[in-house]
This record gives sequence, C-alpha cells and structure tokens, in this order.
Amino acid sequence: MITIRDVAKRFGAQVVLDGVDLDVEEGETLALLGPSGTGKSVLLKTIIGLIRPDRGDIVVDGLSVPTLSRKALAGLRRKIGYVFQNGALFDSDDVFENIRLGLTDPDQFNDAAFAQERAAECLRLVNLAPETLQKMPSELSGGMRKRVGIARAIAGRPKYVLYDEPTSGLDPVNSDIIDGLIRRLNDELGVTGIMVTHDVRGAFRTADRIALLTGGKVIAQGTPAEFRASEDPQVRAFLERDFASASI
Amino acid sequence: MSSIVQQIQHRTGRVTLDALAAVGRFGGLVGEMGRGLAEVRIWLPRTLDEAHNIGVGSLFIVLLISSFAGGVTALQAGYQFTGNIPIYVVGSLVTESIVLELGPVLVGLILAGRIGARYAAELGTMRVTEQIDALESLGRSPASHLLVPRVLACLLIIPVLVVFADITAVASGWLAAKAAMPITDQDFAYGARVFWRPFDAWYSLIKAFCFAGAIGLISCYRGYTTQQGAEGVGRSTTGAVVTTSVVILLLDLVLAQVLLNH
Repeated sequence: MITIRDVAKRFGAQVVLDGVDLDVEEGETLALLGPSGTGKSVLLKTIIGLIRPDRGDIVVDGLSVPTLSRKALAGLRRKIGYVFQNGALFDSDDVFENIRLGLTDPDQFNDAAFAQERAAECLRLVNLAPETLQKMPSELSGGMRKRVGIARAIAGRPKYVLYDEPTSGLDPVNSDIIDGLIRRLNDELGVTGIMVTHDVRGAFRTADRIALLTGGKVIAQGTPAEFRASEDPQVRAFLERDFASASI
Repeated sequence: MSSIVQQIQHRTGRVTLDALAAVGRFGGLVGEMGRGLAEVRIWLPRTLDEAHNIGVGSLFIVLLISSFAGGVTALQAGYQFTGNIPIYVVGSLVTESIVLELGPVLVGLILAGRIGARYAAELGTMRVTEQIDALESLGRSPASHLLVPRVLACLLIIPVLVVFADITAVASGWLAAKAAMPITDQDFAYGARVFWRPFDAWYSLIKAFCFAGAIGLISCYRGYTTQQGAEGVGRSTTGAVVTTSVVILLLDLVLAQVLLNH
C-alpha cells in the first residue's frame, strides 16, 4: 500500500505540491488527473525517491521513502517499476539490454538464458514481436518506445508500477493499446498502478479510482462512477472540457 | 552607494554559496563513485568498452597533433640554436620539452575537447531525457553503470595515448631536425640521452594520469549535473571543456612545482 501524507514540494519560488494526501490500495490502478504543470510527475517521482519532498511523508509497504538510506531505497525501488513519459530507454543499448536492466535480481540479471527468455516474455506482454529485442531505441516508433519502457518496468516483476503520461503523444489506436495493457497488467499480474495522465477517457477506461490534482493538492478522488457524478466545479470543469473536446 | 555595496555583498555571497554547493556536489559524486567501485561486474565490462572506444577513437588525432608538435619543436630549436651552441642540444631540447611538457599537455587539452565534450554531452543528454532517473528507478547505481567506467577508461587509456604521443613527437622532431639542419642521428641521440633522467618518463606519465583524472571527473560531473534541456546540455559541454582545460594547465603548474622543483 502507498500512503501519501501532506507532501509539499517547491522549486525556487514555485510551489508545485502543497500538502498532497492520497492512499493507493494494493491491487488497484489509480489514475492521477490534472492540468499540465500541477506536479503530477513530481508526485510520482517523490514516491520512488527520485525527488525528496520538502515536507510530508510517503510510505510504501510500511517504509517511509524520504527517510530511507541509499541501500534501502535501492531495495524498495526493486519493487516499483517506473514507466517514463518518453520511455527513457538507454539509447546506447538495444531493446534486450534495456529490458535486462529491469531485472532487479542480480542472479537473474547475470543469467543470460533467463534474461533472454524474460525479455521476450515481457515483449509478448506488451504486444511486441521478439525480433524487437535486437533493435536500438532509435529504430522504434513512439508507441513502441513506450511499450518497451513498460516491458522494462515489469521485467523484475514489480509489485507497483508508476506510469508517467503513458499515452501522451500517441494516436488513439496506440493509446488504446497502452490503456488495455495497463488494465491487463493489473488484472492478470495483480500489479498496483498509479497512472499520471491528461487523458480523461483513458483514465475512465483503465483506472479503478481517479484522483484530481490541482493547485498542488488532491481536490477530489473516487471511482470513475463517483467521479463522473461529482458536483465539484473543478472536477466538472476538467471532465467537461475533455469530454467536450472528445465529442467534437 | 550603500545599495551598490549591498549588491556586491549579495553577489559575492551568492557566488561563494554556489561554489561551495558545487564543491559539495562534486565531493558527493566522487563518494558515489567510490561506492560504485564495489560493483565490479557492472563497471568492468563497461570500462573495457569505453577504454576501447576512446583509445581507438582518439589515437589518430593524438598521433597527428603530436607529430606536428614534435616537428615544430625541432624546427624552432634549430632556428634558435645557431652560433656556438652545440647542435646535439636540439636532441635534448626536443626530447625533454616533449616528454616533460608538450606530450602530456597537448594530449590532455585535445582529449579535454574530444573525450570531455563527449562525456558531458552523453551524460547531459541522459539526464535531460530521464535515462539517469530511469537507471535509479530500477534500483541501479548510475555511478557504477555510467560514471566509474568513464573515469576509469580515462585513467587507463590517456596515459597510454601520452606514451604514444611522446614517442611520435620525438620521432617526428628527429626527422624534422634532420631535414632542416646539419644534425646526424648520432648527434640527436646523444643530445636526447645526455640530459635524460628516467624520472622524466615517470613525470610524463604522472601528469598524464592527473590530466586523465581531471578529464574524466570534471566532464562526468558537468554532464551528470546537467539541468534545463538542450540548452543545459550545451552549457555542460562547453563548461566541461573549458573547466577541464583550465584545470589541466593549473595541474601542469602545480605538478612542475611539486615534482620538479622540490
């Protein structure tokens, strides 16, 4: 379980997070919605310890992330897969090496046969052909890069996967593929997920719960049905804008 | 007037704090690399790859520049040493000036541009495209994967390149001297030997090793701490080359004082 309490973060004079409270239950997929620049990605990075909050606490499986030692943090990160917005694939390594680096168990990482098999299996899970293993990231399309990023994130069988804008910049077909994939990982592998996104329709399709982050705080959260029924003007404004643009 | 003084104080304080913060970050990075050394299975193959890449990639330019440097040194020596100075002194001057100074410093400055810019740009790009964050998110140490291999490759290969440069420059100096003045092979060889001390070779290697450390550490630091996108990568790259070049010249002075004049 992930518990976020009163998390605040500022960069210079700009307050990005201003007392965020959020709980993520095991086995659920939470979509974190919000306008651009409201700190959704920053919040995701504080969960994995890439950014240290100025205030507040983030507890993952009983461990307080901001207070963890370097070694303990590395251990915790092995339980968390992180899908970066643009894939963040290592561009000097081929797809196989990228996915292999996701094998967080040193024995598995050093077992070449196992690594090969697991990398191919992860590619299958994200609907990519095994031949992709030999390709360099520069040879992949945007959608393929995102899927390889997901394959790398799940290679070590993490308990949690954090998705940073998994469908941004993709066409509707590729967005649907990624949304379906996130849902499948949750259903079939029991992965707990947090998905940061602008894509309201994708969030409704994929998430068990939705939270809206704006003004540095989570101002609303609930199931998709509760969210849709919300009378909160900020929630309504956010949903109507997206659904209105979708109906054009 | 008092506001100008305040501004100067404010600026001085800011610069001092920034410099101290940079020293702290640099120290932290070196400490991180020290910890990364424990992961031999990670950094060893990457170090060998890096060493091969920078060694093979830099050899041609190093040999080219050093052969020109040797030739020019010999020709200028010939131009200056006319009259009563024995001709064999040209051999001494070419050999000593190349081994003690030109070989390591020229190679250091060339490689500060070639390797330093490359490392800073590579790591800076990895930083702004979140590849370094990705490595950390996988519970892996960027130090053992990215920094230690690059610094060790520099420490391993740059002294070797300096040895090649020294040999090439002395050989080209020898040929140039023979072509431009009435000096025999025996004269040149005698001159090269007469003031030669075995420590001279060690001094060249010690300098090469120190310059290699400066190139590896500074360029990795500048690249690793890159911020603000493509503009930041550009700033890190030029910053790495300029800082490394200045540090090389500073080290040159310090090493000459410490090792030659004690």
